[in-house]
Amino acid sequence: MESNLNPATEARETPIAELRDASKHYGAVVAAQGLNLSIRRGEFLSFLGPSGCGKTTALRMLAGFESPTSGDVLLDGQRVNDVPPHQRPVNMVFQHYALFPHLTVAQNIAYGLRQRRPRPVEAEISRAVEQALETVRLPGFGPRRIWEMSGGQQQRVALARAIVNQPKILLLDEPMAALDKKLRRDMQIELQSLQRSLGITFILVTHDQEEALSMSDRICIMRGGRIVQVGSPRDLYDRPASRYVADFVGKSNFFPGQIASSAAGRTTLAAAGGLMIAGTAPVEIAAGRTATASLRPEQIALHRRAEGLPVTVVNRIFLGEHTEYLVRHTNLGEFLVLVSRQAEAAEGGFEPGDPAHASWPEGAALILADD
Amino acid sequence: MQRQGLRTWLFLAPAGAWFLCMLVLPLIVVFVFAFGERGAAGGYVPAFTFENFANLGARWTAFQNTMILAPVGTLACLLIAYPLAYFLALRASVRWRTLLLILVIVPFWTSILIRSYAWIYLLGGQGIPSLVKAMGLGSIRLINTPFSVLVGIVYGYLPLMVFPIYVALERLDKRLLEASSDLGSPPWRSFLQVTLPLSMPGVATGCMLVFILLMGEFLIPALLGGGKVFFIGNALVDLFLQSRNWPFGAAVAVALVLVMLVTVAAYLRFTRRWAGGRDDVSLM
Repeated sequence: MESNLNPATEARETPIAELRDASKHYGAVVAAQGLNLSIRRGEFLSFLGPSGCGKTTALRMLAGFESPTSGDVLLDGQRVNDVPPHQRPVNMVFQHYALFPHLTVAQNIAYGLRQRRPRPVEAEISRAVEQALETVRLPGFGPRRIWEMSGGQQQRVALARAIVNQPKILLLDEPMAALDKKLRRDMQIELQSLQRSLGITFILVTHDQEEALSMSDRICIMRGGRIVQVGSPRDLYDRPASRYVADFVGKSNFFPGQIASSAAGRTTLAAAGGLMIAGTAPVEIAAGRTATASLRPEQIALHRRAEGLPVTVVNRIFLGEHTEYLVRHTNLGEFLVLVSRQAEAAEGGFEPGDPAHASWPEGAALILADD
Repeated sequence: MQRQGLRTWLFLAPAGAWFLCMLVLPLIVVFVFAFGERGAAGGYVPAFTFENFANLGARWTAFQNTMILAPVGTLACLLIAYPLAYFLALRASVRWRTLLLILVIVPFWTSILIRSYAWIYLLGGQGIPSLVKAMGLGSIRLINTPFSVLVGIVYGYLPLMVFPIYVALERLDKRLLEASSDLGSPPWRSFLQVTLPLSMPGVATGCMLVFILLMGEFLIPALLGGGKVFFIGNALVDLFLQSRNWPFGAAVAVALVLVMLVTVAAYLRFTRRWAGGRDDVSLM
């Protein structure tokens, strides 16, 4: 995703939106603190984090509903701190859609166009509305009333109402939170292809890591009003900067301990019972500090030959292409191992209670600072 | 099913009986009286004549006053109540809101009679007019004019207008205003395109309440109009209690009921349309 753009052009291009040291305080409550983020033209960026992490505040600062207490918000290189929402070239899909109940579907979609001065002619408006309805696959629904529409349809109307204005950025505030799982999956795919075809920058706020991972070019992980890490889904998965990120993005096993040695990109952690785990630390940690080793379940291999850690199989869950084993080690406690179908065929399956050995490639473990 | 039907009837019986005895039967009596004749010493003598209705013109002034001051009073209440309700629902902080709402209701805790007497003093010779005179702005007359009746009406009926509008505005989803702003609408246009249309059911309810009650009002015109500005209500009091012309009084009452029915019908059509054909908009 990242390498599509030539680094030279990328550096020259003004970011479509930027947060510069932006903070938002409500009295003593800190909603966002020192946010620095530059959003690229045409990318799909997600703010990911639990509720109250500041992701919605970040989005609302971009939309203009909040102005930063300190720092700057830039759209297309222009400082817009004091520009009200109705003068910003961005549109938002609200969490509960916020469709106008006294207007029809078509009138809702036409709302933004009708606010333009000079006002476009009616024929032009209705053509744009029809086209927007086609785009969200609701042709002919124009004369309907909002309450006659299902939740999924209302979502599409909200989307059409925003994209019909051809905004520079489309902001999406947990747009799929109210949909059931199946519908959400369909909508995710649709949103992604819509983003590609329209070429509009999408900024999504979500607390659903799967949603963020599957749709975004880049993810901005937030916690307690601060940005923790920004990167492509793969980056965040492979090189999480902290235990928090590793825990938030995908499944991982965590083994707490103390840094035994740290030199030249190689860090060794003394885990429970003096067991040494060697790995790489994305952020250098001084010897003697407490830290956590993170190992993804699929990085660990399970076999019968006496190599690696002796463990006992506790539980087995069949997941189709993979089998997930829960194993127990005397010192490390219980952890997860994901075994592929091929590996299992080669090694033979394990039953709960079976003895086995678990091992992982040298340096596979990530040594992360506790936060 | 049988049992359930029976139970429903049992629950409805007290209210139904009350309705029948206190509303339907008296209305029938009034209706029948309206076609009768006045006895020599007053009261009612059975007959069938349209004379009472033909005579309605004799009370034209009362109808005229009512039909002018009731809508004007309703409009005046609306013009004062809407900004107040808007401020309470959308601008005031939660702490102030409760206090201000209580202040709107407080006058209701005192008898309308006492409050009207207060206005008699304020608008009378020793009240505001004497103040105006002292400032050298000439002499004015306020009491016993349509204006003083209007003041009394607005004062007495304002809360009835404020509350339905307040409730409608309070229930308004504030995110709709954000959506409107996000779609490029400046605040004043958001008000005209979102807030105002969505508060119309409250406006209609408030107008309805005030207008219907004003049509039957007699205390405020009697006290602040001093017999010079009288309503249909005053005409009814006069006809039934003073001149004891029951059949004519009944005819005036029937005419009043008809005017009210037309108003209610118009109101229902109006709210239906604003609610976009939905039926779940309450009458009151």
